[in-house]
Amino acid sequence: MTTTSSVGGVPPGSAAETTESRSWTLRLRKAIERHLPMDHLLPDRQPYYVGSWVYVFGVITIAALVWVIASGVVLSFMGPQWWHDSGVGKFFNSLHFWSVQLFFIFMVLHLWGQYFMAGWRHGRAATWMIGVVIFGVSVLTAFTGYLSQQNFDAQFIALNAKDAMNGAGAGAFFDVLNLGQMYGLHVMLLPVGVTFLVVVHLVMVRTRGVVKPIDAEGGARS
Amino acid sequence: MDTPAQYFHWGFILISVPNLIVIGGMVVLFAIALVVPFPHGGEGDDDHNK
Repeated sequence: MTTTSSVGGVPPGSAAETTESRSWTLRLRKAIERHLPMDHLLPDRQPYYVGSWVYVFGVITIAALVWVIASGVVLSFMGPQWWHDSGVGKFFNSLHFWSVQLFFIFMVLHLWGQYFMAGWRHGRAATWMIGVVIFGVSVLTAFTGYLSQQNFDAQFIALNAKDAMNGAGAGAFFDVLNLGQMYGLHVMLLPVGVTFLVVVHLVMVRTRGVVKPIDAEGGARS
Repeated sequence: MDTPAQYFHWGFILISVPNLIVIGGMVVLFAIALVVPFPHGGEGDDDHNK
């Protein structure tokens, strides 16, 4: 692969330019430096309009996610006997459950805030859409969590959901009565998916900055 | 915990009271976030917003 333009002051066609075009690590590093400088990634100042509690909903959602993952790691390590029978296990079970409630409540409040300020404006459509996907994957993660409790409640939900999944045509590959499949999805694939998408979402927010309020737009600058 | 939740029924709207309380609380929290002043607001620049 060759480049046709000068990158970083390197003359086109020179030996240095050829080395750079062949080195994917070098190209990746320069692309990261170009699109995501550290003052965007870890800013010490925010725009003047980021002075409302509405902007705090997103970060509370992330804080709740940290607690969800931390308590989930402990639960998966100790096992269902522990979380059903011991006092500390019940505490961590409750910690996991209630941090999920907070995660969803503040995710929806964040969604409302972004909806009413039209957070998808000025090149932020992908950020919005990834947020929508995070919401969907989170619902699936919570659902498999309800099925993984290993109590009568989980059995009741699984039996009632089975018909719906079959009716939707998903029953063959998403079997809610298969505890191993549901538990594996809940503790591995789906949390990794949510966490990865949240990181991408955050990086995209930091790349473009927070969208301006509609009434503060004024000029064409976004 | 083992008894079914009470339901609020108004026309075509049917929702359990616990869910109604949670959604009502979220609406109230959202409204509070809009009107309560945020500390340290009003300074900074918009250089990050490109």
